[in-house]
Amino acid sequence: MRIIVPIKQVPETSKVSMDPVTGTMIREGLEAIVNPLDLYAIEAALALRAKCGGEVVVVSMGPPKAMIALREAVSMGADAAVLLSDKAFAGSDTWATSYVLAAAARKLGACDIIICGERATDGDTGQVGPAIAAWLDLPVVTYVSSIDPADGFMRVRRLVENGHEVLEADTPAVLTVVKEIGDPRLPTLAGKLRAKSLEIPVWAAADLDVDPARLGLAGSPTRVVKIFKPKVSRQCEKLAAGDEALTAVAVERLVHVLRHRELIP
Amino acid sequence: MTASVTHKGVWILAEQADGLVLRVSHELLTRGRALADARGTELTAVLIGPHMAEDQLQDIIARGADAVLAVEATELEHFLIEPYAACLLDLIARRRPEIILAGATTTGRTLMPFVAVKANAGLTADCTQLEIDPATGNLLQTRPAIGGNILATIQTPNHRPQMATVRPHSGPAAVAVAGRVGTIDRIAPPAASLASRVRRVDFIPQTDRCALTDAQAVVAVGRGIKKAANIPLAQSLADILGAALGASRDVVDRGWLSYSHQVGLSGKTVSPRLYIALGISGSIQHLAGMQTAQTIVAINTDPDAQIFQVADIGIVGSLFTVLPALIEAIRQSARLQPAPTVSPPQEGLPAAGGL
Repeated sequence: MRIIVPIKQVPETSKVSMDPVTGTMIREGLEAIVNPLDLYAIEAALALRAKCGGEVVVVSMGPPKAMIALREAVSMGADAAVLLSDKAFAGSDTWATSYVLAAAARKLGACDIIICGERATDGDTGQVGPAIAAWLDLPVVTYVSSIDPADGFMRVRRLVENGHEVLEADTPAVLTVVKEIGDPRLPTLAGKLRAKSLEIPVWAAADLDVDPARLGLAGSPTRVVKIFKPKVSRQCEKLAAGDEALTAVAVERLVHVLRHRELIP
Repeated sequence: MTASVTHKGVWILAEQADGLVLRVSHELLTRGRALADARGTELTAVLIGPHMAEDQLQDIIARGADAVLAVEATELEHFLIEPYAACLLDLIARRRPEIILAGATTTGRTLMPFVAVKANAGLTADCTQLEIDPATGNLLQTRPAIGGNILATIQTPNHRPQMATVRPHSGPAAVAVAGRVGTIDRIAPPAASLASRVRRVDFIPQTDRCALTDAQAVVAVGRGIKKAANIPLAQSLADILGAALGASRDVVDRGWLSYSHQVGLSGKTVSPRLYIALGISGSIQHLAGMQTAQTIVAINTDPDAQIFQVADIGIVGSLFTVLPALIEAIRQSARLQPAPTVSPPQEGLPAAGGL
């Protein structure tokens, strides 16, 4: 079985703090990490390989330093990696990104399954997985929480608003997975050594069967026209509740506000 | 498909479950109506599903649509990517809308990116604000990015349709107006459109009383709840408010509640009318998932906890003493004025209060 896992390098946003004055994230010195939700995709791929045999290939589109993310995936146990890097890819929206990732999957040849993280923690769109499926004319199942391989199809659970769907997806297919799929394994020492020495090819636009007009910012249908800070319109009314009497006063005030806003009867 | 005068009209993608149109569709009708009026064009609701009762479709008209296109087949009862995409793409190719909005639901966030690629259209995810640029007539799509720390406004200048998913609860639901008229077209899709390489074989409903993303109110617990045995205390507050139970990543990682309760960057994004954070410090990761709630209440022992930065009202104290008092006070309040637990959303409330 051949499993492809597209991953993204993102800024480490979960450990940062907020500027108490402006209410925005302090971004200086942020480390670049593998998108935390992609680790679950890597884990799902490695678990599937353990059941069915085969190989796991990780692919990332990004600047040269995204090589670090690919090496981390290899240190977890991925067999091979490819970096898609070219100035022409810069500024891609999800449409143009998925176009390049799909072209890379085609170049890699026959594969049984493509597993993506649910979304990246920086862009937060969750669009790339379904979009890759569209480019490759494959079915897609999103929000997958478990994968059971069967003969010619995968039986999967899909986490939706009110429960879990049980679906059978013919392979090849694209899946995007959620955290329930299983905790990502840690890199092993042997994996780290392998990751250090593994040759990872870099494919540029010229190495892929792509239309240059569909790449990067120029090929992206959407344009960011403005970036601004959210207005901090909330003035927190802080009530101390250090003892019983203060607690009673604070609770009374809270109930008054909730009733005034028609949030409670 | 490139922008041209041949693309006309605003569409919303209505969703149904068990033959009933979902509330998120009513929110889309509010958004869609405003955009259609600004463009001087018609608002059409597209509903892909099983055969729908007439009153359900009439209700969509009453809530602001000029036309309803119901693509109906028993195979369309539940969302499956290929048939839903084939039906929507067929309508887009024949009727060429200028704008398509869908809910940022599990269905919308799967269908829209798939269709946008096939339709050569631009798509913006999880918008909290939509308006028409008076100069160009383009759709201005504003969404939170980087964990809600910035807002980005995005345009699709040269491609049509312009597609966007809209965060549930980020705006008011349209109210039905008696006597509104519109057209209803029921469309039987060709058999070829119904082929699917994915089959739905079973469904396991969530045992919890209330689904997080659909909830009007959320009571969420953080590490301050101290142990799993204390969860029922938070649950009792949730029960009297008719609220869903949410959790920080800490609580889920410790196994005190399941992942389906997790709110935040690696969990669910919610925008309820009321969010009560109990013993949650307010990491960026958590704030990203809830800061667009309309009213945020925080209870925390640490006066410097980050959660207070996004809260409207905060109580600095132990949730173990505050909560019993609060539950009793809400019960008292309800006894004085018996009424529904959480009143329906009001029109004219600001969308996404935190932004």
